Amino acid sequence: MSDVVERTLSALPGLLGSQDSGAGPGGGPARVSATSRLGSLIRSITALSSKHEEEKLIQQEQTNLKATVSAPTTTLKLMKECMVRLIYCEMLGYESSFGYIHAIKLAQQGNLLEKRVGYLAVSLFLHENHELLLLLVNTVVKDLQSTNLIEVCMALTVVSQIFPREMIPAVLPLIEDKLQHSKEIIRRKAVQALYKFYLIAPNQVQHIHDKFRKALCDRDVGVMAASLHIYLKMVKENASGYKGLTESFVTILKQVVGGKLPIDFNYHSVPAPWLQIQLLRILGLLGKDDPRTSELMYDVLDESLRRAEINHNMTYAILFECVQTIYTIYPKSDLLEKAAKCIGKFVRASKINLKYLGLKALTYVVQQDPNLALQHQMTIIECLDHPDPIIKRETLELLYRITNEQNVTVIVQKMLDYLRQSKEEYTIISLTGKIAELAEKYAPDNEWFIQTMSAVFSVGGDVMHPDIPNNFLRLLAEGFDDEKEDGQLRLYAVQTYLSLLEEEDTLYPQKFIQVMSWVLGEYSYLVNDGDPEVIITRLYRLLKQTFVTSETKAWIMSAVTKMASRIPCSKTVDTLIQEFSTSLDTCLRQYAFELKHLCENKELMKTLLPSGASCYEIVVDASLSFLDGYVAEGLSSGAAPYKPQHQRQEEKLSQEKALNFEPYGLSFTSSVSSSGFTGRQSPAGLSLSSDVSGNSAELGQKETSCLQLDGVKKLWGKDGYLPKKENKMGKEDETQSVAQDSILVGHIVDPPLIQPKQQVASLSEEEKEKQQLASKLFVGLGTNSVISLMGKADTTTQKFKRKSKVNETQNSEEASSIQNIATLPFSPLPDVMPNNKENFQGNEHLELRKVSLSSSKVLEASVSFDSSQSLTEADLDEKLSDYRPSTSSLFADSNIEVFQPSQCVPELVTKKVSLSPCLPGELANHPHSEIIGLCSSDILTVYSCKVWTDDCLLLVLFVGNKSTSPVKTVNLMFESSEHFKIVESLRCHFLIIEAQSMESCQKCIQLEKICTKGILSGSISYHLDTDTHLEFSLTFSLSDFIRPMEITTEDFGKLWLSFSNDVKQNFKMSPSQGSLSIALNTLKQKLKLHIVEIIGNEGIAACRLLPSVPCLLHCRTHARTLALWLRSSCSALPDSLLYECQKVMEES
Amino acid sequence: MIKFFLMVNKQGQTRLSRYYEHVEIPKRTMLEAAVIKKCLSRSKEQCSFIEYKDFKLVYRQYAALFIVVGISETENEMAIYELIHNFVEVLDRYFSRVTYPKSDPSPGQRGLGAIPCRVHQLHHVPSVTVHKDQYTLPE
Repeated sequence: MSDVVERTLSALPGLLGSQDSGAGPGGGPARVSATSRLGSLIRSITALSSKHEEEKLIQQEQTNLKATVSAPTTTLKLMKECMVRLIYCEMLGYESSFGYIHAIKLAQQGNLLEKRVGYLAVSLFLHENHELLLLLVNTVVKDLQSTNLIEVCMALTVVSQIFPREMIPAVLPLIEDKLQHSKEIIRRKAVQALYKFYLIAPNQVQHIHDKFRKALCDRDVGVMAASLHIYLKMVKENASGYKGLTESFVTILKQVVGGKLPIDFNYHSVPAPWLQIQLLRILGLLGKDDPRTSELMYDVLDESLRRAEINHNMTYAILFECVQTIYTIYPKSDLLEKAAKCIGKFVRASKINLKYLGLKALTYVVQQDPNLALQHQMTIIECLDHPDPIIKRETLELLYRITNEQNVTVIVQKMLDYLRQSKEEYTIISLTGKIAELAEKYAPDNEWFIQTMSAVFSVGGDVMHPDIPNNFLRLLAEGFDDEKEDGQLRLYAVQTYLSLLEEEDTLYPQKFIQVMSWVLGEYSYLVNDGDPEVIITRLYRLLKQTFVTSETKAWIMSAVTKMASRIPCSKTVDTLIQEFSTSLDTCLRQYAFELKHLCENKELMKTLLPSGASCYEIVVDASLSFLDGYVAEGLSSGAAPYKPQHQRQEEKLSQEKALNFEPYGLSFTSSVSSSGFTGRQSPAGLSLSSDVSGNSAELGQKETSCLQLDGVKKLWGKDGYLPKKENKMGKEDETQSVAQDSILVGHIVDPPLIQPKQQVASLSEEEKEKQQLASKLFVGLGTNSVISLMGKADTTTQKFKRKSKVNETQNSEEASSIQNIATLPFSPLPDVMPNNKENFQGNEHLELRKVSLSSSKVLEASVSFDSSQSLTEADLDEKLSDYRPSTSSLFADSNIEVFQPSQCVPELVTKKVSLSPCLPGELANHPHSEIIGLCSSDILTVYSCKVWTDDCLLLVLFVGNKSTSPVKTVNLMFESSEHFKIVESLRCHFLIIEAQSMESCQKCIQLEKICTKGILSGSISYHLDTDTHLEFSLTFSLSDFIRPMEITTEDFGKLWLSFSNDVKQNFKMSPSQGSLSIALNTLKQKLKLHIVEIIGNEGIAACRLLPSVPCLLHCRTHARTLALWLRSSCSALPDSLLYECQKVMEES
Repeated sequence: MIKFFLMVNKQGQTRLSRYYEHVEIPKRTMLEAAVIKKCLSRSKEQCSFIEYKDFKLVYRQYAALFIVVGISETENEMAIYELIHNFVEVLDRYFSRVTYPKSDPSPGQRGLGAIPCRVHQLHHVPSVTVHKDQYTLPE
């Protein structure tokens, strides 16, 4: 690659020079003067000693420049000279926006050299979304059509750096033509320009993939090298689509490594090194987890390793890349061996940069093969005490990857040491996160865990990630399987924090105080000998400290409130109430008053603040139905019914006849969103508002099927708070049975620690120390993992499962006994059997209780509805019947199947014998996809189903337990993705899934970043005999997030004018697609558009991207071409939607 | 992926900057000041790669001039380290009078410190960096 740069450089000045001299004799002197002016500017700046002087000088320079550039008499030559100085001013950090427009002008009007400077200035001054950039498009188009090669070159160069996304269609055909140009430099630059387009608008270059392939096979190396960038990017996104090209890449790499390229491509006698790196990366991506593809590249990788044996930094860089590729693809033993040797050489190198590279490689590799770390343990220990903090940091990163239960204490200690010295915020954030993670995963005992977390909180302070304290508190609150253990952990936490608070005048970070006060508030009752009064006094003292922020004070207050509920009366609490009732902080005052009133009614206080109930879900009646009476009263006394804001806005809009300057995004939701506000409106309000507020309310109502309140637990009913006791009883039952079981199983001896071999016997003191550290650090590494060719598989992720060991073994024993029964049906029943039975009975009880619970809930719900329902029932029914057929016709298409609830059950029952996932009734009414299996083991099966409701994309996941025993603590986790967002949380947790039963959970998926297709992956883990971890992935396409938008032609017109982002494209229509209406109907069905109107050969349609980003589509047919024109308020949407349209049209 | 390319002298004055991701101008100044401070604080024995916020810096010193490249986590540091040198070699060949400190023991005004001036008059340095974009531009 280097020589490509060099050759271009050597070519350009020659061309420019000749052009310059051709332009006239004045060229020479002007250049000289430009030189001196810029030169003198730079010299004078260098001579200055203070920033202030520099500022003054530049300001003066800018005033001069401003005057010069805006003077009409300024020649282009002078302008060019000014531009160069302006560029320099901006590089020094002084904005020179007054010159931007002149840069564009210079690019437009100048001769070659001036044009070059103009383009250069534009690419340095402007950014992608700058409004002035549009002015450049015309110039670029003109230059692309020029017969002068240099002009074409310059235009292509600027396009490859900066270009407005919306204007790509204007230049795309021109650039595509350039791919066939006879000059290689033009072809190369065209490929680079297309790469840029691929980066900013991938969908617009989808159709030229074949041409990329041609570029890859180009006879010029430069063109081929340029195309590799596109391929690297595409392979990264979709490796499976390019497996066929593996052989081509391998051949290219072979040629490069074999020195078949022209000698100019060598850098210090290494053939095209950066090209090699690029190719190695592509191969790594292609060969990942694919034995067949990997097979093809073993030879060339071996050759690369062999050839790169010269001692030069560049070959090290290639070797590093080779090692990474070898460990990424499907493993081959002798290659692994060579790669390991290579890493060894790096790590032991005396050159520090090489050592760094070696550590980085080791960090990458060690996940697959922990034994390698063992080989280099002494080097790692040395690096840990290296004077260079960067090396230390990298070593810690490596240690983080090899942490296990046995070495966790040493490693975390090392990390904390580093953390205490580090002052950089970013390092603190990332290290605290890692320590917290390790502590949760591998904590050997309670004391260590609490102390480590305390250290994290006090060092990490207020910069650390907020998840760390949150997770910690959740861990404490949710507890594990063993009540006793939980109690001990909590008790220890309370004791630790109490002793920390004893010391006065110690400044703790706010987050730490918050954690401490929460723990004290929740669990201080566990301390038997402690006097609650003392604890409250300590908290009270904190409240009066000035360094405590008011947010933290709120935490402390609520802790005091919780504690106050458990003691009859307290003097401190009384003084506290008195003092803070007059506090200037309104929030604190509010708390004080609440506390005061609660203290007057201890009974209520106890029900409100039950001890140890922090992790129970609090369900809020979102419909606020308990206010119905109040609303009805208000209405009867003549108050106007409540209208949601958007409805009010729309009414205002319809009254206005003048131009509308409001942004459209908001008013839109009303016509389309439905259940968006169903939750908020009380049933009474709903029925009334529809009566009163005419047509606008009607719109919103059309799609409202019914209020979905079943499934919502009722905590607040008409009579106020409904205390829930059932849940607790269930839990007690469970724990009892667990306790019984644990008696049956005896002690379990801790697994013996296996230490790695000590090496040489006679060692100096210092060496011995290091050896000791090594044995502590690398303990358990080589023992529990056997490397095999498939070594990658055994990277089991250990979640924080601090269950008592007793429980664990009991589980496995139980399971094995069940197996025994299954395999030996006639053998005498083992003793464990009765115990099992009991367990099952217990479960049955639980189940029954759950059923009765839920039925009572439904009853409650219906009671609270009764009054309102009678009013609306008829109304709603009518609307429902209107609604259903319309949706089914909308989605009547092969790939979007609509299941009616009645069909759903029998169809699926035949598929799965015992377990059949089935959507709950209210969801089955919505259009939804087929229920498909995602992954399964012999115990669990996961199914998924997409439900396209009007206001979101619901993903329903079913987890079925096929086995004959219940599975406990099933965790479903989604990986976060850049494209999608999962509302609420990424996880879903099932405490228990009964044998032969199915649980489901719903997740609302939102499109975070527009893309045409994206993958969301996740995993499910559960524990039966062993920890099992299943992975799955789901594909979403843009059309999942598109919904029809019903608007009138008038509204369409208004909106159309207000949107600025548009894309146009022409399609050839096949004869089968026939008329416009057929084409539009296809689009409507596949993409869920709403057809607004069709007049003659023109048609308009509208849709919205959830939640409410509108996109309008205009199409016109003319002589077998269909011209699509999309506009939207969001810039990326038309582009992606156009691609979807294109796909649909091609398919049909 | 390369985020930015900087040439800064020991006094902290920017000689050349090229950003491949849009950064507001005031933020650039702050970033450059912080970057050069980091580089100056390191000794010759320490390694040429530094962690900075969520990305990495690769730097090389030529007499009084630092060339610093900001890269993302996924980039190969050593390859970038050599890229800097390649860039300097290109400059050297292009502006034939410039020699590196190694072969010219008294750099001063004539040495590499003076490069940027000439670079600007011929307007090609950015075009060199532009070529670098091609293999590592934004993702």
